[in-house]
Amino acid sequence: MSLIDNINKAFDHRIRLGIMSILMVNDYADFKILKELLGATDGNLASHTKALEKEEYIKVEKQFIGRKPNTRYSATPLGKAQFKKHINALEKLIGK
Amino acid sequence: METNKYLNDITEIKNLMNRSSRFISLSGLSGVLAGIYALIGAGFAYVKLKETSAANYENFSGRSSSLWGSDTVSDLTFIAIAVLVAAVITGFIMTLKKSKKSGEKIWDSTSKRLVFNFAIPLVVGGLFCLVLMQQGIAGLVAPATLIFYGLACVNASKYTMGDVRYMGLAFIGIGLVSTQFIGYGLYFWALGFGVCHILYGALMYYKYDRN
Repeated sequence: MSLIDNINKAFDHRIRLGIMSILMVNDYADFKILKELLGATDGNLASHTKALEKEEYIKVEKQFIGRKPNTRYSATPLGKAQFKKHINALEKLIGK
Repeated sequence: METNKYLNDITEIKNLMNRSSRFISLSGLSGVLAGIYALIGAGFAYVKLKETSAANYENFSGRSSSLWGSDTVSDLTFIAIAVLVAAVITGFIMTLKKSKKSGEKIWDSTSKRLVFNFAIPLVVGGLFCLVLMQQGIAGLVAPATLIFYGLACVNASKYTMGDVRYMGLAFIGIGLVSTQFIGYGLYFWALGFGVCHILYGALMYYKYDRN
């Protein structure tokens, strides 16, 4: 078993890493906030959230605020556990 | 080269966690100015009280509250409100400036959360102080303001720079000590809102704002 095994491929992208970081410390975040914080385009962000949703690392809730559709995301317990493992692996690889 | 990428990842994670959950544009310098206003206010209050009861001015904020003319009370209230308004306006302007410089929005989800969580203990404390006055326990007003302000800072520290937590704890400590020295409320006020604000404001300024 090498250290690399704990590096999670699902988080191996700047945007996905960013989405998880934000959702680790916030109960939820909506699409607009994620977009602003990550500086991503709509399509780009949508494809990455879809990938994380497929792994069941994040949960997606669609609702209406007034007449405007609003999509908000939160991290699942599985996603949080996996992300913690991923961070630990990163720290070990940096070798401190 | 791989290590470098992982290092970048970690930095990015930390950065996003902070930026998405904490409002970090609070200006340290505004803390220093708030402290200076408080000291000036305390100076005015001291002079006012000395005028009112020249003989035993040291009893002012406690047992001898019945000796106060209502003039003194309204003067002191005016001073307190003037200090508060000046401090809040200065803080707002300087924070606005700093957030513009760093390109952060001043009214986003992080600052809303900060204000809301700061306000809960503060509003409760304010109401509680009004009750103390109503019941004629004016001597505990100064300690109560210090303690509740400290609790507000501790509560708000999760949503801004973590150092605010230590300032909050200092206020709580000063507040608790001052409960044992009723009648010296003004001195403890000056120590807390004046000296503490200046010290922590300067500390934050050197830590975060200087560049």
